[in-house]
Amino acid sequence: MQRRVVVTGIGLICGVGHTAPEVWQGLLEGRSGMSPITGFDPTGFSVTFAAEVKNFDPLKFIDKKEARKMGRFIHFALAASAEAMQSSGLKITPENETRVGVHIGSGIGGFDVIEREHSAMLAGGPRKISPFFIPAAIVNLAAGQVSIRYGAKGPNEATATACTTSAHAIGDAYRTIQRGDADVMIAGGAEAAITPMGVGGFAAMRALSTRNDDPEHACRPFDKDRDGFVVGEGAGILILEDLEFAKARGANIMAEIIGYGMSADAYHMTGMAPEGEGCFRAMKNALDSAHLRPEQIEYVNAHATSTPLGDAAETAAMTKLFGEHATSHKLLVSSTKSMTGHLLGGAGGLEAGITIMALQNQLVPPTTNLVEPDVDCRLNYIPNKPQAATVNIALSNSFGFGGTNGSLIFKRWE
Amino acid sequence: MAAAVEEKVKQIIVEQLQVDEAEVTPSASFQEDLGADSLDVVELVMQFEEAFDIEIPDEDAEKIKTVKDATEYIEKNAKGGK
Repeated sequence: MQRRVVVTGIGLICGVGHTAPEVWQGLLEGRSGMSPITGFDPTGFSVTFAAEVKNFDPLKFIDKKEARKMGRFIHFALAASAEAMQSSGLKITPENETRVGVHIGSGIGGFDVIEREHSAMLAGGPRKISPFFIPAAIVNLAAGQVSIRYGAKGPNEATATACTTSAHAIGDAYRTIQRGDADVMIAGGAEAAITPMGVGGFAAMRALSTRNDDPEHACRPFDKDRDGFVVGEGAGILILEDLEFAKARGANIMAEIIGYGMSADAYHMTGMAPEGEGCFRAMKNALDSAHLRPEQIEYVNAHATSTPLGDAAETAAMTKLFGEHATSHKLLVSSTKSMTGHLLGGAGGLEAGITIMALQNQLVPPTTNLVEPDVDCRLNYIPNKPQAATVNIALSNSFGFGGTNGSLIFKRWE
Repeated sequence: MAAAVEEKVKQIIVEQLQVDEAEVTPSASFQEDLGADSLDVVELVMQFEEAFDIEIPDEDAEKIKTVKDATEYIEKNAKGGK
């Protein structure tokens, strides 16, 4: 019989809050994480705001000596992992340590460190490059540092699939447990790309909202006046466990992960395939893997980043897959990026956590800033106010540059 | 000047390795007594270079293992510090 996998811990940090309960409360209040950038001087940039994690003190989680050796994305990964581990109550012991793995990805890794060390090299020559540059910057060091912190000696991996990174990390970790390679996986993603090159790079692609005079209303998924995404930062980490392992230790089970689907657009570097053809197949594969009919999905936490083409393509894919279930507005859809901004490699983890909290609370967080839906966007997007609803099964979407897609399905635990 | 160099070296070590000032005795070894790994020592030497405006070639840096090694090397090679 196939091993079942449950979620026993959640750790979240983003512009809306520093913990999962704070984030959840903020989403219900419709709180925006967006504001003018403080991490660097954005003068001269076409985009001057983002969804920064404010007042974050890494020294609450990490020794000062160690913190200097880590990019900001690793700080976020350790903070969210601390919360997730604490909420799971899991104790890693000599008896179970080789059965606990980590799969934490990042889209870009230590952009802050890369920029700092490159500047040091240009100013002072190659001898000025810190010996900690590489281990502070490379993507898999979030997973590495978390394993060192907790003594997790099982599989240790990191995906780097752009904005699908942490959906893939969670989905692949789910498979790792199903296959029997581990009993527990600490899984998700972290990102810290609100740096001159990060913001400047996305702005150069014209991918970002330029609503600089009104950051709080800049991210407006599905709205006719949407004009691009807003860069966010933070992390989303789940504790996944084999059901029998979780039961044996008396864990508090939050949800079950029951489906995972992937696909590639094989179409364009950054643009989505017409009609969201790749998104459709990711969702369909997830449904098939869970042996579900489309109408059994009650809530979709959409990828919807607030770009003109992306939100319409995802809507088209949902319309095709869910049919009347979607067009009749029975299917609830929301984009919490309207408040958190886009965590890029951290988005799938953050949104998986949010999706699970929707199942736990029987409450669907809203899409804020949705004033007038676009002509291409005609589903029930839970505009501006949360909605109480019976939600037993929910799906979370992530789509990334390179045309890489992932969908996760979670089931309420009763 | 010697006392000033010693004091500054001590401060740098305390800050970089996050150790107690009392532990930074002349004979203390960075790796064996002060919890540094090989990368910490590389970074420490970079901080000495920066603070005293000197260049410490790798073949010399390899020989700097204790607080006293560092102080003596800097006293001999510093151009006055900054």
